[in-house]
Amino acid sequence: MLKDITLGQYFPGNSFIHRLDPRTKLMCTIVYIAALFVAKSYVTYGILLLMLCLSVAVSRIKPSALLKGLKPLALIIVFTAILNLFYIKGGKELVSFWVLSITTEGIKTALFMVFRIMMLITGTFLLTYTTTPMALTDGLEIILNPLKKIHVPVHEFAMMMSIALRFIPTLIEEADKITNAQKARGADFETGKLTERAKALLPLLVPLFVSAFRRADELAIAMESRCYHGGEGRTRMKKLSMKASDFITIFASLVFLTGIIVLVQFGF
Amino acid sequence: MPIIKTEALTHVYSKGSPFESVALENINIEIAQGEFVGLIGHTGSGKSTFVQHLNGLLLPTNGRVLMDGADINSSKKLRHEIRFKVGLVFQYPEYQLFEETVYKDISFGPRNMKLSKQEIDERVREAAGFVGVPESLFEKSPLEISGGQKRRVAIAGVIAMRPDVLILDEPTAGLDPEGCESILNNISDYRRATGATIILVSHSMEDIAKISERLIVFDGGHIVMDDSPMEVFSQADRLRSIGLDVPVVTDIATRLRELSIYVPECCYTVSQLRDAILSLKKGGSSC
Repeated sequence: MLKDITLGQYFPGNSFIHRLDPRTKLMCTIVYIAALFVAKSYVTYGILLLMLCLSVAVSRIKPSALLKGLKPLALIIVFTAILNLFYIKGGKELVSFWVLSITTEGIKTALFMVFRIMMLITGTFLLTYTTTPMALTDGLEIILNPLKKIHVPVHEFAMMMSIALRFIPTLIEEADKITNAQKARGADFETGKLTERAKALLPLLVPLFVSAFRRADELAIAMESRCYHGGEGRTRMKKLSMKASDFITIFASLVFLTGIIVLVQFGF
Repeated sequence: MPIIKTEALTHVYSKGSPFESVALENINIEIAQGEFVGLIGHTGSGKSTFVQHLNGLLLPTNGRVLMDGADINSSKKLRHEIRFKVGLVFQYPEYQLFEETVYKDISFGPRNMKLSKQEIDERVREAAGFVGVPESLFEKSPLEISGGQKRRVAIAGVIAMRPDVLILDEPTAGLDPEGCESILNNISDYRRATGATIILVSHSMEDIAKISERLIVFDGGHIVMDDSPMEVFSQADRLRSIGLDVPVVTDIATRLRELSIYVPECCYTVSQLRDAILSLKKGGSSC
């Protein structure tokens, strides 16, 4: 069950997108998200969807892997769709009973919202699938570096994030192990009422937390014994470098965003 | 009838994905009631996968696991019940402790069996007695006792279910020699008192040599040897070729023979070798 979580999972590869600098990919993702929120019509959504499909094709990531990531969010997507379907009034009324009614505008908005969420998620998944967590946090740290001037602990945040990402698979493995050990003692995680099932999680969560704290403690000692004392004066083994292709990609994405904005301004 | 029997047991991890790997292939084995079986094999040989099939935690990709002649995976109910009959102690079991007190933690298994309060109390005390957890620890938190004690409490948590088959995956890993010795003695005591079948997975050839009566050697998802410890340890070269070793005592005996001190080949524990040397001194021969 826990193995389905795909957060921060990297799919090794050597495609054009894999080779881009993480900063480029981060910026393109931000531009893409901005464009998603600007888009208002079938045309603009269509263009964005085409762009997304193209990027996925270039990355050589299996579309099924991306879609699998949507599964845990199915509930939110359905909820958004239903809410929009009934709340947005406008256009022709199609069905109505009691206080509920469905209008053409409602259907349209619901459709757009669903696509927006799904494209948002797949787009960001594409980023994490093609970039190692380490590269991602390194990129983020450099992008946010200017914030150090106003005393934002950028390095600490980046370090926390990379440690968190690094330990997700470890914790999942640990959780699996503990689940099995408790099952071997007859613990039942699958049947029973909701309250019973929540209670049944205790034998899993307590050891998991205990071991997470122990691991954190050990990691802190290991880091300190290797003289880690924060980001001040710390150098990197792998320096990130922007290549010509990176600048071209960023430029292209900005042109793309401008294009979308212009299209929206002209009423498309 | 053997208490545990596997028929053409095969397990493939992540079948159909690029990470597919065959962990067990066509394992046919019979284990009789009351046997003391040692499982050895180096990391990734399939022994841990194998033992998790015996109590239904893993489902066979192919083949069957029979207990007392019944397929344990034939119904969900049976698979749940089998966990109380086949107690599995995982590697580093102390990381599974979660209750507020030692007593409550040991009673987790019996409580899941829906036993009466009195029966639970009886079993907890009995299990604690087997592994040497004093009653003075009962009201302590499992987090504040020593590592060795935690291990004992965790083993007691499985023994408290009074399983007919007790499987232990590396029960002595990371313990000091004294702790190892006493845990192995506890296991032997448990077997003597209850007549339970014991399956011990270990990396330590010394441990295995000391207490098991039958050795099953895993390599690459197959069983490559299944014999008495004496027979298995006499094939030192074969064991070494699959990344295992023989007990140090067996090595010493071999060297002694090379030096023309003819101790018998069947020595694989310290006491056997000691007796053999002593009897050589007297001019007789043992074994």
